[in-house]
Amino acid sequence: MSDHRIPKRIYYLIFATLLLFTMITVEVAFYDLGILSFPVALGIACFKSTLVILYFMHVRYSSGLTGLFVSAGFIFLAILLVFTLLDVKTRDWQFQPDESGISLVVPF
Amino acid sequence: MSNTVAVASHPEPDNNYWTAGYGLKSWLLTTDHKRIAILYLIMISVFFVIGGLFAVLIRLELLTPAGDLVSSDTYNKLFTLHGLVMIFFFLIPSIPAVMGNFLIPIMIGARDLAFPRINLLSWYVFAIGGMTTFAVVLFGGVDTGWTFYTPYSSTYSKTAVGLTAIGVFITGFSSILTGLNFVVTIHKMRAPGLTWFRLPLFVWAHYATSLIMLIGTPVVAITILLVFLERVFGVGIFDPALGGDPVLFQHLFWFYSHPAVYIMILPSMGVISEVVACFSRKRIFGYGFVAFSSLAIAVLGFLIWGHHMFTSGQSILAGMVFSILTMLVAIPSAVKVFNWTATMYKGSISFETPMIYVFGFLGLFTVGGLTGLFLGALGLDVHVHDTYFVVAHFHYIMVGGAIMGYLAALHFWWPKITGKLYSEAWAKLSAIIIFIGFNLTFFPQFLVGYLGMPRRYHVYPDEFQIFHILSTAGASILAIGYAFPAFYLIWSLFRGEAAPANPWNAKGLEWTVPSPPPKHNFDTIPVVKEEAYDYSRLEEEVV
Ligand code: HEM
Ligand SMILES: [Cu+2]
Repeated sequence: MSDHRIPKRIYYLIFATLLLFTMITVEVAFYDLGILSFPVALGIACFKSTLVILYFMHVRYSSGLTGLFVSAGFIFLAILLVFTLLDVKTRDWQFQPDESGISLVVPF
Repeated sequence: MSNTVAVASHPEPDNNYWTAGYGLKSWLLTTDHKRIAILYLIMISVFFVIGGLFAVLIRLELLTPAGDLVSSDTYNKLFTLHGLVMIFFFLIPSIPAVMGNFLIPIMIGARDLAFPRINLLSWYVFAIGGMTTFAVVLFGGVDTGWTFYTPYSSTYSKTAVGLTAIGVFITGFSSILTGLNFVVTIHKMRAPGLTWFRLPLFVWAHYATSLIMLIGTPVVAITILLVFLERVFGVGIFDPALGGDPVLFQHLFWFYSHPAVYIMILPSMGVISEVVACFSRKRIFGYGFVAFSSLAIAVLGFLIWGHHMFTSGQSILAGMVFSILTMLVAIPSAVKVFNWTATMYKGSISFETPMIYVFGFLGLFTVGGLTGLFLGALGLDVHVHDTYFVVAHFHYIMVGGAIMGYLAALHFWWPKITGKLYSEAWAKLSAIIIFIGFNLTFFPQFLVGYLGMPRRYHVYPDEFQIFHILSTAGASILAIGYAFPAFYLIWSLFRGEAAPANPWNAKGLEWTVPSPPPKHNFDTIPVVKEEAYDYSRLEEEVV
């Protein structure tokens, strides 16, 4: 919990890492990675925010309960994304009545 | 028993929270959770009156099939402001910010919430959000409906959508701060011996509510902010012309706003548990189930938002999944209703005012919940979506359920909060007027909705008029019913008899402190040795 247990060195180290990855983000933007460019950008962003949450927000040094609450936030974010994508990605699926009841026509 | 009465009959003059300080400053800068609750009570009462005035105008306009009282544009603004004020500025804060604020610390044997200053901050944030909404009215109003659907809100509406968005955004933070405060308080500040399963169910309900506030509110705040950004800076999120998706707005909005309906009903359910136990003189049947059903509602509530979007262009598959999941949320709600009923079974029931409101709640919430299941059925909803059937459904739950619970709470804890007794006769009379007025207002709306009357229109075919006349007549009765408490409660402040510490002979820590409670609630922090609602033991002591 308290600040005193975490050496200043750690903060500087994390800060440096964040700066480094910011430079990597910029650098990567100049390469065409095809379909990979999106996952790579997101991956870097996730890594950086994890560092901020764990160290700058002290979650690493806090109780399990705090950790639980933090993860709950992400679980619900995942719910938001999954169900929204469930709609967006299946909009052209067709359900057609036929002799056997209803059949699903998926366009791929 | 006898010693609590003794405490109450010798209240130390400077010791209670009303007399602990005088002058406006002592109220506006207070960090006492009880005073902040009073500040909230005053503010939401003002909003309730304002929201009610909009409703009066809506009902008057609908008396005739022609659009004669107000123009179509004005009508759009009226129902928008009615919804906005009632939902964001009355129902969401009602029970948590007033009753929860006042009672949670006392119920768990604490001297205040975990963060008293954040509590005060939340009230100021709420006030600023409220003022912003007043400003919207001055700038000509807003006409998007409380749901802010895009692309109308983001691209086409010529009204003060931006300012409204800011107002709702700000208000959201007061809700987040309250939720945060409650969660930390309930985790950290329970009195010795007060384990989770000894907590009053009111506290469990508020815990679940707070989780929804914490998880959901940031999403709606950002969503509304995105509408603002798109309107003002043309950022392409929702407008297809800019590469956005208008249906995305509905996903983000309902991700919060479906769970938000449980922010409005869960605290009410907590109240019902307290009142049912007290006036049946019994421990709540299936305590654990009632407690966990609150959490189940909070979690399941986040999985079903798509039932608001069956006709929005959402994919059929998603519609089917949301429809099935919607059926699940009825289970925990039903668990509660059945358990309350079972609590009354063989109880020794008495019909004081709070209990009358509980009966109102049970019947009306059941109608509201069951019609919710009709609406959740994908096929049926295509027929009744955006009709008065939906309007009737949610008013049965929000007015019939949530406000009945709020009034039950107000009457149950009024003697505790103010130290004064109100007139039972008047209170019972108005409870009955409210029940009758409510049903006359909203039941015809199920019928006219089923017959095809769309919501949010003020010109309609002649054959629907009879239903609207009934509804407006009911609303007039309802208004009288709501006006009564305002008078006899305020009257009781000045002329009411002094309330003893425990006027209902109820269980719970809040009834062990004098009415009104002393500034710091407890001189010595109590040690809890028994379960909640141990009425059987109380009965033995009294006999
Ligand atoms: C038993 C659980 C419930 C179910 C299954 C349910 C289901 C539904 C469905 C399917 C709709 C969409 C209807 C449509 O627009 O066509 C709806 C609308 C609505 N429900 Fe419920 N509901 C439930 C409980 C509640 C509760 C507890 C509240 C409030 C406290 C509530 C408030 C609303 C509101 C405000 C709307 C309309 C929103 C709008 O479009 O303006 N519902 N409900
Ligand atoms: Cu819903």
